[in-house]
Amino acid sequence: MDHPSEDSPSSSDKSLGPTNHPQLPFPDEVLEKVLSFVNSHKDRSSVSLVRKDWYNAERWTRSKLFIGNCYSVSPEIVARRFPRIKSVTLKGKPRFSDFNMLPRDWGANVHPWLVMFAKVYPFLEELRLKRMTVTDESLELLAKSFSGFKALSLSSCDGFTENGLKALASHCRNLTELDIQDSISEDVGGGWLSSFPENFSSLEVLNFASLNSDISFDDLERLVSRCKSLRVLKVNETISLDQLQRLLVHAPLLTELGTGSFMQELTPRQYEEVETAFSNCKNLEALSGLWDANSLYLPLLYGACAGLTFLNLSDAPLQSGDFANLLVHCPNLRRLWVIDTVEDKGLEAVGSSCPLLEELRVFPADPYDRHHRDGVSESGFLAVSHGCPKLHYVLYFCRRMTNAAVITIVKNCPDFTHFRLCIMTPGQPDHLTNEPMDEAFGAVAKTCTKLKRLSVSGLLTDVSFEYIGKYAKNLETLSVAFAGSSDWGMQSVLEGCPKLRKLEIRDCPFGNTALLSGKLKYETMRSLWMSACNVTMKGCGILAREMPRLNVEVINDEGSDGSQADKVYVYRTVAGPRRDAPGFVLTL
Amino acid sequence: MEKGSAVFENRDLNLKATELRLGLPGTDEDSGNQSSSSSQVKSNKRSSSEMDGSELQQSGAPVSKAQVVGWPPVRSYRKNILEKKKSESDGSGFVKVSMDGAPYLRKIDLKLYKNYLDLLKALENMFKCTIGTYSEREGYNGSECAPTYEDKDGDWMLVGDVPWEMFITSCKRLRIMKGSEAKGLACCL
Repeated sequence: MDHPSEDSPSSSDKSLGPTNHPQLPFPDEVLEKVLSFVNSHKDRSSVSLVRKDWYNAERWTRSKLFIGNCYSVSPEIVARRFPRIKSVTLKGKPRFSDFNMLPRDWGANVHPWLVMFAKVYPFLEELRLKRMTVTDESLELLAKSFSGFKALSLSSCDGFTENGLKALASHCRNLTELDIQDSISEDVGGGWLSSFPENFSSLEVLNFASLNSDISFDDLERLVSRCKSLRVLKVNETISLDQLQRLLVHAPLLTELGTGSFMQELTPRQYEEVETAFSNCKNLEALSGLWDANSLYLPLLYGACAGLTFLNLSDAPLQSGDFANLLVHCPNLRRLWVIDTVEDKGLEAVGSSCPLLEELRVFPADPYDRHHRDGVSESGFLAVSHGCPKLHYVLYFCRRMTNAAVITIVKNCPDFTHFRLCIMTPGQPDHLTNEPMDEAFGAVAKTCTKLKRLSVSGLLTDVSFEYIGKYAKNLETLSVAFAGSSDWGMQSVLEGCPKLRKLEIRDCPFGNTALLSGKLKYETMRSLWMSACNVTMKGCGILAREMPRLNVEVINDEGSDGSQADKVYVYRTVAGPRRDAPGFVLTL
Repeated sequence: MEKGSAVFENRDLNLKATELRLGLPGTDEDSGNQSSSSSQVKSNKRSSSEMDGSELQQSGAPVSKAQVVGWPPVRSYRKNILEKKKSESDGSGFVKVSMDGAPYLRKIDLKLYKNYLDLLKALENMFKCTIGTYSEREGYNGSECAPTYEDKDGDWMLVGDVPWEMFITSCKRLRIMKGSEAKGLACCL
């Protein structure tokens, strides 16, 4: 829930209306019927604030729960307010945990939530978790507690092995979706796939691409052939090309396919069979996987690409030539994820072949510069912006950038909603003029009026943050690293961006003054992260004291002197301080 | 030279003196090119990648740049995408084997063998030649044939020098050298 006011006692005063005329009460049935059409949780939160009877009608009719920060509320509070929930989305750790910036066992364990759900929501059907720890015990509890359970999605989660998945496979008779996205650090094991019963056939979505253990191909083939409604299948790297062909024969109606390894010595006959199998996939909209794909085998795909809207090559480092040849067959692409081995030349091909492109993500093949590869630069980005005017989402890792290029890019594509630019060397200036990148991000803030998410990088002074505070009025998420000159930078953002919800900062010269300047604002935000900045324990203590509805958590590095606050995580909550905080997390 | 902004001085504690970093003692890093007015970021124990202008390593080879935790912000499974690229095989451990003078190549699955002994026996059978025993000092001295392999870096190596596990992951193809060339190889060792 994104608003912490829980029982809203003040709304009862509104039941008589502003001029004190008694209002005709809306019959509950009518109200509930109307509310059944309100689906967005933000709208529902607004509805619940109108008056007490609306609040009650809303809580009885809400069936989907969205909790953006699992610690902002407790399972008990949720269970008290919402009696009839069928679908839950829960998010846990702060995003920087994806980059190893949080110690293990930090928290966000789903178990207490599942214990409560098992008691209160026996008809739970869907669970979508992001950055949470999910143990086998939890998966077993899940499998056994909800007879109608349908869909499980685990994004960036950890803590489970194949035993938990086995429990799910064996007990969830009505499972339609098992979606495991993004890598898990340990080897999970592959025996779970064989645990689906022989008569089980309800699966529509199966994604195990990020689990790298061997599975039984025979069991997978049988499963796929039984599940006639399967529309999303993403296998892992252990599945070979000819195995994939056999799967495709059973499931030609797939809309999303994640292949396995895309390199295998094929006989001419096998090559033809694979090619035919791909050509028969008439409904394919999304394609991913493609590990080890190269020029010999990419042409196998061509027959399936006509209707493709999402091509995810982030596991397949391609050269520009192969990439360009592939793109020619994908004129309807709207979303494209690539590795920077395609270089600027490859991005030029994007500009010329993909006029409908809306989203581009370019990942670095060599993030630590071990192999001294060029990757992409400002010219590749420029080329895309010239050819793809509908571009509104970009994630771009590069080694160099210029202000001039970014200014032109946003002129060509003013509709950016998500602009995430990562110049990989911290604090790097414009490589032509040697100036800070302030003007670049100023142009983004000024020109892109719909901007919701921004990640900045390169050499930046407070000026860039002044621009952001002044112009980025729709900004909701901001990520800052190795930037800024003084507290004023952070203050500009806190004062200027009314819709800010998430602010994550690392290695910037922002201190207590900046931190405290936003104290009231943090109650309107989901969270603030600051690490390796100039904030002290004293400053955090003041914040915690003055704002009791915020949790101020500090993690100090080993050997730290105890006066600096190395990692600070601040978030609003109605649940009070965490009861499960490990020893290294100090709640002030 | 890339400018760095990640080097910060702590005025109170001279942590810089005790800070672990890759660089010759006494060298001073670029103190950052941001003009900080009221506040400066504290000394960062994690060295940043561009801080280490001077590189020092015993072997004389250039040292890899020190890494900042969590930067660039890529997920761990994306970090080694280049190193992950498979060797010239179809992924099942099959490598090509050529024998000098033979009209065509063969293919074997390295995963089927438990150790060098197994492998060499199989090669001897396949090509009807004697490879003999390996010794660290003299290789396959005296043998009619000497087994060599191409590793990940593209170099031709003598089979047997590295531990078996390392061999099967780095072997891209095999070549059995014959006759005088093989003897020449043995003589050099």
